[in-house]
Amino acid sequence: MRCDPRRSPGIDTSPASIGVIVPRFRSRPASFLALAVALVFLPPALAAARAVGGGPGKALPSRPPGAALRWAADAEGGAPYIFKDPKNPDRNVGFEVDLIEALSRDLKRPITFVQYDYKSLIPGIQRGDFDFAMNGLEVTGDRKTRVRFSRPYYVFRLQLVVRATDHRFESLEACKAAGCLVGTLEDTAAERLLDRMGIAKKVYDGQVEPYRDLTLLRLDAVLLDLPIAIYYARPNPLLRFAGDPVDKGYYSIACRLGDEGLATELDGALDRLLQSGEVRRLYEKWGIWNDDQKELAGAGIEDIITESRRLWTFDRYAPLLVQGAWLTVRLSVTSFLLAILLALPVALARLYGAAPLRWLATGYVEFFRGIPVLLLLYFLYYGLADLAIAWDLGFLKLAPLEAAILGLGLNYSSYEAEIYRAGIGSIPVGQWEAAASLAMPRTLTFRRIILPQAIRVILPPMTNDFVALFKDTSIVSMIAVVELSKQYQILSKSSMKYLEIGLLTAVLYLIMSVPLGALSRRLEKRWGKGIL
Amino acid sequence: MGQGDPVAGPVGDLRLTLTEVSKRFGESRVLDGVNLTVGPGETVALIGPSGGGKSTVLRCINGLTTFDAGSIRVGPVLLSPVPGGRGGSDGEAARRVRRLVGMIFQDFQLFPHLTAIENIIEAPVRVLGQRRTAAIENAFRLLKRVGLEEHGEHYPRQLSGGQKQRVAIARALAMSPRALLCDEITSALDPELKHEVLQVLEGLKRDGITLMVVTHEIGFARRAADRVVVLESGRIIEDGPPAEVLDRPKMPRTRQFLSQILA
Repeated sequence: MRCDPRRSPGIDTSPASIGVIVPRFRSRPASFLALAVALVFLPPALAAARAVGGGPGKALPSRPPGAALRWAADAEGGAPYIFKDPKNPDRNVGFEVDLIEALSRDLKRPITFVQYDYKSLIPGIQRGDFDFAMNGLEVTGDRKTRVRFSRPYYVFRLQLVVRATDHRFESLEACKAAGCLVGTLEDTAAERLLDRMGIAKKVYDGQVEPYRDLTLLRLDAVLLDLPIAIYYARPNPLLRFAGDPVDKGYYSIACRLGDEGLATELDGALDRLLQSGEVRRLYEKWGIWNDDQKELAGAGIEDIITESRRLWTFDRYAPLLVQGAWLTVRLSVTSFLLAILLALPVALARLYGAAPLRWLATGYVEFFRGIPVLLLLYFLYYGLADLAIAWDLGFLKLAPLEAAILGLGLNYSSYEAEIYRAGIGSIPVGQWEAAASLAMPRTLTFRRIILPQAIRVILPPMTNDFVALFKDTSIVSMIAVVELSKQYQILSKSSMKYLEIGLLTAVLYLIMSVPLGALSRRLEKRWGKGIL
Repeated sequence: MGQGDPVAGPVGDLRLTLTEVSKRFGESRVLDGVNLTVGPGETVALIGPSGGGKSTVLRCINGLTTFDAGSIRVGPVLLSPVPGGRGGSDGEAARRVRRLVGMIFQDFQLFPHLTAIENIIEAPVRVLGQRRTAAIENAFRLLKRVGLEEHGEHYPRQLSGGQKQRVAIARALAMSPRALLCDEITSALDPELKHEVLQVLEGLKRDGITLMVVTHEIGFARRAADRVVVLESGRIIEDGPPAEVLDRPKMPRTRQFLSQILA
């Protein structure tokens, strides 16, 4: 269900890490391919090894009565699961925090909290970094091969949310018929349902952003877990629930595979808390109790995902990957062209401008070099959209791709400007004087004498930057642009076909980066004529 | 060296006049009231100790360096002082002077990304608007004149120091200047390569072009110069025919300098 917007450092199988290697191995495609294949194979292979043997981690702990348990969750996830208490930021609150306290009392064991990145919770369990994870973890077929789930502690459904003023549809079926675009979170039951129904979707990393985009008219609807909808959509007067919640899924506690002792203990405790009405009392306090929860006492876990795995065939995912690759190319080329165009006047202003112009150019470079590109992207995409509404300036509301190109272009223009400045400044002043002594004006000298020599100096670091930008494009998935890396992550997680999708992704990156290396070598040769 | 080619254009009328030219760099006084006239077709050797202001005189004449006081007249063009100015001038007057007066530098400053021919035709084509074919034809004639007709397609890095300097001379001549300013143009060369460059200069003198040569080659000054001018601490301390200045210097400072340089 919920996803933390930060990247997991633990299990990065993303092709971005493959892209780093491209320039270094461009002269030896065979060895590169071998490495790429190894990289693609490795993570799933390791995961499988952990699943089978309980992992290379520590042996299962023996726990004497009363010993403490370590519980992992991501406190940055959001309401109502676990979130920072606004009145006391040192404290976490949420229905899961309350449930943990109840479990602790029932088991007569202290339970300590471990802050852990949401996306790393499952590998964290496998590594033995903590005893169990409880953080709205949805039971899926994939996860069941990697962790031991307890009995469910919450039954969730999916709630369709639309704008309060929109009365076009009240159900997913009607939404599909209207050809609407629906926002949701990556790798969730909601996303899989949209896929199953063939509804156009837009995938996000955080739970706030889809609702924001809905109010900004970028989406027609949002489909997410009911507890999220209750906390983030219901209080918003601009939004309303459309129809009843649909589908069904379970949140469970995840223990290490084979840690039957703890799992049984937790199952027993949950059972007692359900019977005693403690769970109901607690859920009512948070406003998330409903009739679905009565089923919890029965406790059977359905598989939702096996179906979707079967459906992900080559002819379904390949076009999506190619689309992602094409977007990566368009994005890197366009934003780099923008960076080049912006950088030249900035560099010239820094080199030859009058004092105020020079300061302005210096400020420009320091600003766009100094702020994280992610911050810039968020500002351009969400911040400007707020202004657009406040001042009624429609053109400020950028499409995701526009914001991405502008953000990357501005960020990289500051780097390019410095490269240009250094390159142009490296040409000896004697060259200017020699041209002047031939009665050549300064602009002509710059164009015909200085720039051609500077380009030779500029070209290698510029190629470097383009390769870096090429990889940095993966960051724009944060503002709902699905380029190649993102598409790979989504598809491989949805289908668990890490190997074949990973290989295809690597091939696509190669097809894009190898010609790039060749082009840059040709350019360097051309501009190096007479000098190199 | 084909003699008598009228490549330097009409030469009979250009006169260079410096009147009370002064220039400071911060605290140091580089030129201190320099008065100097160079007549049409005259060859003047500027000698003197380092830091005496020889190069600055040349650079002031074609506007690569501005001066604080006095005036410089180059034929019909008057250069005015820019008090406290830093760097050079890109003004109209400076550009008009540069059409009349060429300059050659100690470190050649050929354009490394262009072949010898491209170096030579760049300014004639782009500044004077000559047709490319005509400019190339003229460039080959100039290369022949400096003894490098085989090297037109070579890039500067493929040439020796002496060859580079001769291409630089051809490049300056391609603008048909009436005077050439030569700033220690043999100082970066091995002795045997100096000879080939100085020979070219002597050929130019015979053709009647006005030459101002900053040099440490006393032999060349004696042989080729009409006048020798000694600059010391920004002032002209001696000015006369080579036989007089070099053999019977009036000033003790000149004697000292000559004995040092000939030792």
